[in-house]
Amino acid sequence: MSAPALPDLSGHFGRYGGRFVPEALVRALDELDAAYRSAKTDPAFQARFQDLLVNYAGTPSLLYRAERLSEKLGAEILLKREDLNHTGAHKVRNVLGQALLAKRMGKPRVIAETGAGQHGVASATAAALLDLECVVYMGETDTERQALNVARMRMLGATVVPVTNGSRTLKDALNEALRDWVASVDTTHYLLGTAAGPHPFPEIVRDFVGGIGVEAREQCLTQLGRLPDAVAACVGGGSNAIGIFHAFVPDEAVQLYGFEAGGDGVETGRHAASITGGSAGVLHGARTYVLQDEDGQTVESHSISAGLDYPGVGPEHAWLHDTGRATYEPVTDDEAMAAFQLLCRTEGIIPAIESAHALAGVARIAPVLRAELGRTPTIVVNLSGRGDKDVHTAGAYFGILDQVETLVPGENS
Amino acid sequence: MSIAEVFHKARAEDRAVLVGCMPAGFPTVDDSIASMIAMHEAGCDVIEVELPYSDPVMDGPVIQRASDIALSRGVRTRDTLRIIEAVASAGVPVVLMTYWNPVEKYGVAAFARDLAASGATGMITPDLIPDEAAEWIAAADEHRLDRTFLVSPSSTDDRLAMTVAQCRGFVYATALMGVTGARTSVSSQAPDLVDRIRHTNPDMPVGVGLGVGTGAQAAEVAGFADGVIVGSALIRCVLEAPDPATGLSRLRALSAELAEGVRNPAK
Repeated sequence: MSAPALPDLSGHFGRYGGRFVPEALVRALDELDAAYRSAKTDPAFQARFQDLLVNYAGTPSLLYRAERLSEKLGAEILLKREDLNHTGAHKVRNVLGQALLAKRMGKPRVIAETGAGQHGVASATAAALLDLECVVYMGETDTERQALNVARMRMLGATVVPVTNGSRTLKDALNEALRDWVASVDTTHYLLGTAAGPHPFPEIVRDFVGGIGVEAREQCLTQLGRLPDAVAACVGGGSNAIGIFHAFVPDEAVQLYGFEAGGDGVETGRHAASITGGSAGVLHGARTYVLQDEDGQTVESHSISAGLDYPGVGPEHAWLHDTGRATYEPVTDDEAMAAFQLLCRTEGIIPAIESAHALAGVARIAPVLRAELGRTPTIVVNLSGRGDKDVHTAGAYFGILDQVETLVPGENS
Repeated sequence: MSIAEVFHKARAEDRAVLVGCMPAGFPTVDDSIASMIAMHEAGCDVIEVELPYSDPVMDGPVIQRASDIALSRGVRTRDTLRIIEAVASAGVPVVLMTYWNPVEKYGVAAFARDLAASGATGMITPDLIPDEAAEWIAAADEHRLDRTFLVSPSSTDDRLAMTVAQCRGFVYATALMGVTGARTSVSSQAPDLVDRIRHTNPDMPVGVGLGVGTGAQAAEVAGFADGVIVGSALIRCVLEAPDPATGLSRLRALSAELAEGVRNPAK
């Protein structure tokens, strides 16, 4: 497949992407774009980035063949162990790349938005490492629910600003970060946490996390001698998914599956499935799929997974969906939690609830692929993060927080 | 009266135009109409109706709060159009300010048609830059609506020229790098920005907004710009009033003070 490189020069993936931002930010976005282009072809920058990825973040992450899970699901399951990276998720790749870019642009301050706090912690980590001032905007509701992550960020030297307007969640934290940036753009880089937002963020973030897919593809060829039948990931903003998809996009025989947060079920309206339950619109600087009402007002999202609880999605996913290159399906909270427990019990790995959405989706598509192919399918799943941060949520979900006796699997939800 | 005529008339009187902003449906549809009429009667030449939006990234806390109140009471896009119609039919020049997604959701062509039918003179688009505006530019041409894009102290000369060339009616110069909200002093970046705009197109009226909230500040801005745009300070009159009548009287008083300011431009 020889498709033209996307996005185009103005940041569009077909009709998606672009820049829907106040003019005040355009110069900063242009400067970021120029800095990124030059960094991309600068061997010194790339060497420094690689060095940090390998010697600091601990990549390449393992591609682990999950025997017992494979047996349960009737598919050969390979887990891309991004949960083993420093800070416990794929996000470290993006923050290291962007923090290096901030340095390169001579900006001493970074700002970030965060939902549950994972991107905030990752940003604070990179800022500490590279000696940058760091301010993290976090919805007030989230600062209360995620007090430990607030403490982590502060321990790393970041300032955490609780956002008290709007719905006091991730989208409002993002609005507040954009407002800060409009006023501070000379000294500040906005360290955006996912492959969304105005051009060039979707491209930059995709490229910084793109190592996930490059590694997984090579590992498949080395370990299996062939490519997988499918690659699967959860999709909130979509950075871990685009990170693992991108290298496989030209391999047309490899099916790409993105699993969105279906919350209580897309039909209930309480979900975060922007592609399968939303419509095309403009939010946070780009045209993409958005959860919105008839008037184009953003609708609040719902998911048990804070990292997927966002009413938009990166524009490249909107494009991959419309072109049919990737398939997006919703996974409910209950399905995700069942898969969460399954991975704990079969492999001794506690996944992030985000990543559990991908596992649940794989459990659903495995028999379909098996029937389609007439053999056991091989599926690579991006295990984008570890579940330590979710122990409280999962404990509450399974009702095990104040109980000491042994649980009977399947009977405790 | 078209916006061009409003600016022309003000120029003839050697003063600046006063543009007063109020969110539609804040705190109710009827109250917002009453506020806008009162602002006009007390001296606002043009009423800028802001369509309340869930994610207003260019707005500071006052407009955010006012928008939230309007939205929480269920104001719809069609209410905004109805409010414009009510105010415009009273002979008040009205321009709409809206974030882009509500327009895109409505359908750009349909929205332009209905906006023109409501009597608005045009639209200010804080998060739509000309680069992404092909559909709106065409629709505005078809329905003879003015287009006001924003320029900023950070705009390069090339972008300034490109953006001003796509404006019709007036260009909105954001006086400082930041969001809406009254400030204690007028930005020192504003006069330079206005100069740069005049250099690209001496005929395009320039409205300056962001951070203006008193008569003295209005007079200062009127000294170098064609229009003075005031939002948060006016909205706060209503937001912080103990009752609607007090809100209206504060709104009239501040509008009059600002109107006095634009008539006494600082030399």
